[in-house]
Amino acid sequence: MSKVIVYCEHADGQVRRASLEAIGAAKSAGADVVAILAGEGASAAAATAIGASKAICLTGPAEFSSDAVAATAAEVCKSEGARGFLAAATYRGKDIAPRVAAHLDVTPFTDCIELKADGDSFHVKRPWLAGKALATLGTSGDVLVATTRLNVFNAAEGGAPGETAEHAITAVAKAKVTGVEAKGSSKLDVKEAPVVVSGGRGLQEAEHFGMLEDLAAAFGNAAVGASRAVVDLGWRPHGEQVGQTGKTVSPQLYIAVAISGAIQHLAGMRTSGTIVAINKDADAPIFKVADYGIVGDAFEIVPALTEAIKAAKG
Amino acid sequence: MNIVACVKRVPTTEAVAQPTADGKGLDSAGLQYMISFYDEIAVEEAVKTKEALGSGEVTVLTLGTKSGSKEIRECLAKGGDKAVVLVDEEWHSRDARATAKALTAQLQSMGAELVFMGRVATDRDNAAVGPMVATYLGWPCITDVISLEISGTSGTAKVETEHGVETVSFSCPAVITCQKGLNEPRYAGLKGIMAAKKKPYEEVEVSLEANQAVPVEVTLPAPRKEGRIVGEGVAAIPALIDALKNEAQVL
Repeated sequence: MSKVIVYCEHADGQVRRASLEAIGAAKSAGADVVAILAGEGASAAAATAIGASKAICLTGPAEFSSDAVAATAAEVCKSEGARGFLAAATYRGKDIAPRVAAHLDVTPFTDCIELKADGDSFHVKRPWLAGKALATLGTSGDVLVATTRLNVFNAAEGGAPGETAEHAITAVAKAKVTGVEAKGSSKLDVKEAPVVVSGGRGLQEAEHFGMLEDLAAAFGNAAVGASRAVVDLGWRPHGEQVGQTGKTVSPQLYIAVAISGAIQHLAGMRTSGTIVAINKDADAPIFKVADYGIVGDAFEIVPALTEAIKAAKG
Repeated sequence: MNIVACVKRVPTTEAVAQPTADGKGLDSAGLQYMISFYDEIAVEEAVKTKEALGSGEVTVLTLGTKSGSKEIRECLAKGGDKAVVLVDEEWHSRDARATAKALTAQLQSMGAELVFMGRVATDRDNAAVGPMVATYLGWPCITDVISLEISGTSGTAKVETEHGVETVSFSCPAVITCQKGLNEPRYAGLKGIMAAKKKPYEEVEVSLEANQAVPVEVTLPAPRKEGRIVGEGVAAIPALIDALKNEAQVL
């Protein structure tokens, strides 16, 4: 069975769900998974790398360095004889994977939505043009380096790693994280939230996003997203922008409020599980991709929907 | 400082994807091109950095075709001092590794000290060339930068992750990939457009390494199954809740 290294992010002693999805992707392609963890708290989180047969904690300086971690991860890939290196397509995963690829002199594959074994190698499927097209690709590189899109693969199941080990980071850090302003732990990112509630220019002003925040809070596991128009107007931070020049999301449920559905927005959310659109214009393009639509005034519908969701959630 | 902004021409945001007849690529017939959205931010940051330092030179570097000069000249109109085009007629289908190696060789030979790129090119969406080039060069790379300060040869950048904003310290030479919010790219004025016509524009013939990424099949995404309007106004909410609970099973 080919061995695949999965870079696992963690917080509060737990491997993040996005990384467990990456382990799940490797396991479903028949791989034997070795988890690697870096940063403060890695050893405490190692036991939660569910599905991995072994976990390796990278030990080293307190200040996190993506370049030093990537150099060390590439060393581990070589020493373990791995055929693959996977990470979740998070900020950190996308920051580290291309560097690992360069160390191994292979081309990386970003934001994969499918991963299959192909003899001794792999095939991946990934979006081009923000999902306007899907490419299935093979690689002639010795090692597959890829990141997995969030909310696409099933998280790995099974037991804790049977073995844990340590590997020292010896590469000298070129850039170091010297400070972190964490956002509130209750605030989910649009990329990882199971439910996304997005607003468009039809909401008329920044203050009106308060009712989307209330709706998101009623779900409990939702993030607020925004169209490009709204971000360009400065109503919402760019970190919330969904679309071709923002984030591509695949939540279980996507609710588009007062968003007309420009092609560049649709590219960023069309792979969502279920799409709900609320718009006063019955001809808005968003209704073409929506599973369920309500035509009408968002200012009346959203507060009532919030109450209905609260009631449904009990 | 010898500053370089790496850019890529990509199909415009409105472009419609159409697979080629052999199903292994995208048809480029009729496509309109633009500088990738984030690369515009890279050009602006390169020019701003030079302006702040009060000296230096900004080179706009691309892997591209001889017929792509219009968009590259626009980068010069917005403050780039000269352009270098690594001429490769297969530029649009090169994988991240082949592209990164070609850029690395050029950056080395031109003595680059600070390199800006967009965080991702909005065609193949790899977001890989910046950190790969930095790794090949043995330089630091800070990706998705939303705020940057350069003082002498040391720099501080802020990046936005899913969990908050991180501050990263590094020293030059370095590769910076640019995220929306870092700056507002300027418009090219008439003066800039006229000046751009006289700026150096160099075409370098290059021979790239073969791709490792091999397309097996390129398809359009399956159309979503037909949806329905559940009703109008507040009265439609019970029907929506019922559908979310019992059909879609997401509540």
